[in-house]
Amino acid sequence: MTYIPHTKEETKEMLDAIGISSIGELFKDISPNLRPKSFDIPKGKSEFEVIEHMNELASKNATYLTNFIGAGFYDHYIPAAVDAIIGRPEFYTAYTPYQSESSQGWLQSIYEYQSAICELTGLDYANASLYDGGTALYEAAMMAIRVTGRNKIIMDSGVSLIYRTMLYTYTSNLNIEFIETPVVHGQSSRDEIYKHLDEKTAAVIVQNPNFFGAIDDHSDVIEKAHSFGALAIMSIYPLSLGVLKTPGEMGVDIATGEGQSLGIPLSFGGPYLGIMACKKDYVRKMPGRIVGATTDKDGKRGFVLTLQAREQHIRRERATSNICSNEALCALRASIYVSLLGKEGIVELSKLNHDKSEFAKNILGKISGVEVKRSSPTFNEFTLVLNKNADVVVQKMIDKGFAAGFPLGRFYKGMNNYLLVAVTEKRTKEEIEKFAETLEKILCG
Amino acid sequence: MRLIYEKSVKGRRGFKLPQSDVAKQQEMPAQYSRKCKANLPEVSELDVVRHFTNLSRMNFSVDSNFYPLGSCTMKYNPKFTEKVVNIAGFLELHPLIPQLLGGGRLTQGALEIIYNTEKLLCEITGMEAFTMQPLAGAHGELTGVMLIAAYHKSKGARRKHIIVPDSSHGTNPASAAIAGYDVIVVKTDKDGCMDIKEFKQKLNEDTAAVMLTCPNTLGLFNSKIKEITDLAHDVGALVYYDGANLNAIMGKCRPGDIGFDVVHLNLHKTFATPHGGGGPGAGPVGVSKSVVEFLPVSRVMKRPGGALYLNYNNKESIGYIAPFYGNFAVILKAYVYMLVLGKEGLIRASEYAVLNANYILSRLKDYYKPAFNKGCMHECVFSASRQLKNGIHALDIAKYLIDKGVHPPTIYFPLIVKEAMMIEPTETESKETIDGFIEIMIEAAKLAESDPKKLTTAPQTMPVKRLDETKAARDLNLRWKSV
Repeated sequence: MTYIPHTKEETKEMLDAIGISSIGELFKDISPNLRPKSFDIPKGKSEFEVIEHMNELASKNATYLTNFIGAGFYDHYIPAAVDAIIGRPEFYTAYTPYQSESSQGWLQSIYEYQSAICELTGLDYANASLYDGGTALYEAAMMAIRVTGRNKIIMDSGVSLIYRTMLYTYTSNLNIEFIETPVVHGQSSRDEIYKHLDEKTAAVIVQNPNFFGAIDDHSDVIEKAHSFGALAIMSIYPLSLGVLKTPGEMGVDIATGEGQSLGIPLSFGGPYLGIMACKKDYVRKMPGRIVGATTDKDGKRGFVLTLQAREQHIRRERATSNICSNEALCALRASIYVSLLGKEGIVELSKLNHDKSEFAKNILGKISGVEVKRSSPTFNEFTLVLNKNADVVVQKMIDKGFAAGFPLGRFYKGMNNYLLVAVTEKRTKEEIEKFAETLEKILCG
Repeated sequence: MRLIYEKSVKGRRGFKLPQSDVAKQQEMPAQYSRKCKANLPEVSELDVVRHFTNLSRMNFSVDSNFYPLGSCTMKYNPKFTEKVVNIAGFLELHPLIPQLLGGGRLTQGALEIIYNTEKLLCEITGMEAFTMQPLAGAHGELTGVMLIAAYHKSKGARRKHIIVPDSSHGTNPASAAIAGYDVIVVKTDKDGCMDIKEFKQKLNEDTAAVMLTCPNTLGLFNSKIKEITDLAHDVGALVYYDGANLNAIMGKCRPGDIGFDVVHLNLHKTFATPHGGGGPGAGPVGVSKSVVEFLPVSRVMKRPGGALYLNYNNKESIGYIAPFYGNFAVILKAYVYMLVLGKEGLIRASEYAVLNANYILSRLKDYYKPAFNKGCMHECVFSASRQLKNGIHALDIAKYLIDKGVHPPTIYFPLIVKEAMMIEPTETESKETIDGFIEIMIEAAKLAESDPKKLTTAPQTMPVKRLDETKAARDLNLRWKSV
């Protein structure tokens, strides 16, 4: 199947109009010495055969496990209405709304998404999306460097190691000094951050809840950062902002985050959604597309891509970022999801996650071989210290039908017995009890 | 249309949460809690469905309109690919599963898709290896430039600049600059290709790479391309291939065979994954042998017994550029598209994409000034300069097309063509559709002479007329706020 509609006759008519006799002549600029040395691609198959093949491959993936893994990427329920709307080709087969009059639907949707992100984060403005939580954090760091004209970044090690590693990759050829400060009793070490804060610091980066699931109130850290003229960047988990103190309330300058929790399927790592919001003063330094409201010739409200002079297609090598394609369809998912939840629903959902997680924490804390880290409050994820190697325990739990959590030894030295466990609204009391029971057997076996 | 926020009614609900089956736990301490609720809309499920359904109807899309947007390859997105990504075995798979001890065997199907897609792209482009991780075309460019930097670093050289032609996509110089390179621009010659003489003058031992699109953004294949890659290699520079225009040359030539060292592809262009209103895309990067060792981790590798695994163990790697393995659902769609098209289908896609573009070029050249007086590849570029004498700009023609139900071509790009209109019809559009488009373009050219006001006041049929962009940038209104 090729999806090419041309009949032989039409092809001939078109060739005649061009004034040539074969399609081959159209490629005459590609001389024989530039032709492919090989092009060994299998013969095309029918749609039916390919779907059968894909069903077979899908069956080799274990999605039957009861999931307690989070680590920044969560198993939340997605209402059917989200998928129904996202499945409309008028959304998913459109492209970037450069032509505003014929893209009002998309532009208004993005404006509404930006509004939702501002409401959740308590910040003034949001962009139309970046690729994911990690690239968003990198863009925020670069933005802070542009705003302050400084090049030192203090980063709390409670920031996801995945994101920290991404930041180091992206900046390895740039002259940026990174200081990593430790997490003490689950929280950002004030002493260490303050020790390094100075007039050269562009930004302090924290994450809330941090990678270990712990919640903090960073207001004091942020105030201190501001006193040195540095910006405060916070990586967030948007769903938790149904209840948690917002970046805005803490004084954060730029909030970023992974938006997957807002109605986006896990899909083995993507596509996801990079969220970015900031204070009013910095909007002209923000990367990515931004939609704004304006009026047409008759004074009617309409929406356009705005502040485009920041972007690569206008500013080229002086752009605030190289980003072009973003994650618009995922942003739309997020916007539909939070619209369905609404003002009350997001609070209730946040509380439900918190309740289930607290319940799990309590019963897991009672089984032998487990110590629950309780030095900080948590949202829907927490750290356990096991009496055995967490990797091995998780492996055994897989055989019992559980994805038991993320073993921290892979990312943190000396934490081989630590297990990070996430409990979302999808986990039932029965599943949690069965999980505790199974874990106990393995730990005491 | 009113915002969803403006439709909010206190107390209305759009989604019922599951009843909690656990006892109520202690509340979040006040110090860590938000003071006021986020002002999200209070609407019913039907409110939400109707709101977004009506918004969707205010968009042009490939499924509803011809969309000849140059450089974007807005081809038809086959429907079965949507079905495939929604199979639970893919949709619900947590990306950290294969990183657990003993977890690799639980994701063999997903890893096989990534592995096989890499192999297919290697064969299509003639590259040695691919990483599927970059999350968009520009993200692929940045990855590619970082690979180039790592390559030179391994040779003990920093190298200072990257050369781009003045016809390049804006992302090329932007990617080079944010990766820490100076950008040197070479102008386009009278034949529409990078000026070789100027290129030679600017190329030196400080050149890290030259970034090229081939065919270029003028829709032209540079017949001197091999000379350029050879010249770059002679001074130790690498050559980067911007794959935005790969749809023109599948089975006709391969960047790897011509001497390109690093390429990125846009799966959402050539491989028919939907553009999603601006994303998600995917921008996998392929490399020649000398660059393989620097690819980002993880890489999907095969054990002697055939089992696939994620290899994180590579000291030379540039590191992590994405949280996981790329935009998996997008990769999956591109993979099944390639399986259905097969060898002949891919070759035919390029052939008919080029045929359609040349047909438009030959039928419109009497009405609009072609940017260059020769045949094109998969897209053709015109200038509205003939219409300018009547006060008509490319923008006016674009807006007239909207009234006629056609998405406008890319306008004002490439920057080097005055009043540019860049038309890329793609292979999936029929002669009938293209003839319809040609008629509208001819009509617009005639109106420019006889009744230019028809063009300057377009569009008239859309939900809004031309919008005040200056006002949007001056009086920022970027969000709804409760009153």
